[in-house]
Amino acid sequence: MAAVDDLQFEEFGDGATLLAANPDATTINIEDPSVSFKHQPRPPGSLGREEDEELLGTNDSDETELLAGQKKSSPFWTFEYYQTFFDVDTYQVFDRIKGSLLPVPGKNFVRLYIRSNPDLYGPFWICATLVFAIAISGNLSNFLIHLGEKTYHYVPEFQKVSIAATVIYAYAWLVPLALWGFLLWRNSKVMNIVSYSFLEIVCVYGYSLFIYIPTAVLWIIPQRVIRWVLVTIALGISGSVLAMTFWPAVREDNRRVALATIVTIMLLHVLLSVGCLAYFFDAPEMDHLPAAITTPNQTVAAAKSS
Amino acid sequence: MAEAEDSPGEQEATSSKPLFAGLSDVSISQDIPIEGEITIPSGTRAQECDSSTLNESIRRTIMRDLKAVGRKFMHVLYPRKSNTLLRDWDLWGPLILCVSLALMLQKSSVEGKRDGGSPEFAEVFVIIWFGAVTITLNSKLLGGNISFFQSLCVLGYCVLPLNIAMLICRLLLLAGQGPINFMIRLFVVLVMFAWSVIASTAFLADCQPPNRKALAVYPVFLFYFVVSWMILTFTP
Repeated sequence: MAAVDDLQFEEFGDGATLLAANPDATTINIEDPSVSFKHQPRPPGSLGREEDEELLGTNDSDETELLAGQKKSSPFWTFEYYQTFFDVDTYQVFDRIKGSLLPVPGKNFVRLYIRSNPDLYGPFWICATLVFAIAISGNLSNFLIHLGEKTYHYVPEFQKVSIAATVIYAYAWLVPLALWGFLLWRNSKVMNIVSYSFLEIVCVYGYSLFIYIPTAVLWIIPQRVIRWVLVTIALGISGSVLAMTFWPAVREDNRRVALATIVTIMLLHVLLSVGCLAYFFDAPEMDHLPAAITTPNQTVAAAKSS
Repeated sequence: MAEAEDSPGEQEATSSKPLFAGLSDVSISQDIPIEGEITIPSGTRAQECDSSTLNESIRRTIMRDLKAVGRKFMHVLYPRKSNTLLRDWDLWGPLILCVSLALMLQKSSVEGKRDGGSPEFAEVFVIIWFGAVTITLNSKLLGGNISFFQSLCVLGYCVLPLNIAMLICRLLLLAGQGPINFMIRLFVVLVMFAWSVIASTAFLADCQPPNRKALAVYPVFLFYFVVSWMILTFTP
């Protein structure tokens, strides 16, 4: 009984110590919840950070895709790589042709019609059509000039096709290459808001040449005044497309450099237009002058005979 | 200690029994004979003999190929929505048509003067094949489901109407030159040009996505237009 009582007393003592320990336990429990609290926000925080990183990554990838203008990143030795350059529908090509014919003042051709999806279908086939339009129209013009002469034997000048192809494809692909390099160099010095990729520049130049296809056909008319009026109209339309597209890209640069760039672009365009007109259409008239010179001799001979 | 000694003993006993059981199970006492004959039905052999072409005469082989080319010519002259020209493609027809057209576009060598303006044989040949290859690549880049040689085959065979136009122009030019003669030649070339475009479009347009048919048809139009121009402006 005494032992039992002693045991009971000891139990109370242990209970006291347990009770004394209980606050510690509760304090430990408080610590554990605090630890759990620390753990709880950590996973959401880390998850949030990961999500943010993913979003940033997707944004970067989107920007990269938009800047590169390529929807897929296939190796360049596969066929799918080049199919992305022809990923365009019929109505899109017609819209771009219409946009190149009717330039809207203050509107950017790239932002308004290309919209981060440049294609190579338009530039390639517009150049091909222009090559044959100029060559065939040149031959027809030559034929019409000499139509009345009985001694004239018409021979199609087939080398005009190769010369026209060389000139037009060189202009439509090498000038954009030089312009792209120049803009890239200037962008490294002065950060411009507007920047174009090489494909977008080729696209603008290709579609801006569309106006010359009907112009070349109308150049068959053997009137010099009409020809110069036509070349002026074509220059005005396509030149404005080029100027309104590339002015924002050089506007924030030095004033002198910006103006020099636009003037150079326009001069090259004028050189192409006047060069094609002079070589393919006016050359026979130069040959026609000797005939005109011989006419006075004939009249003089007639006068002498009379 | 006695229990500890007993338990491993039991474990050993249990481990040994399955081994013996496995040994008792594993026993092969049967012989399966593997014999037989591999025979081929005589009908199949006969069919194979019939389908083989090793023992047929050269004349028969050539005539069969010529008939196939002729059948494709008829498909071009009467274009229908049939895929015979696509399924069984060959390049004999395109080669024949290309060479004959280039030869007919040559000026007679009797004239000593070198005008230098008319297209030479090599120029015509290269333009036709390079044009066909370019159109083929264009249709494949636009997502068309047609193979490379099928497209070459169709474009080459559809030059046949223009070959006929060239032949007619040659005959008309023998009768002399003049405005009326030129008008007749212009009419003939225009009709045959339209025929070529319609025939090739009947075969090729269905291989393109519907929203890109115009983009695929326009290069074909340009190609046959250039060939027609070479034919129309030919003067002996």
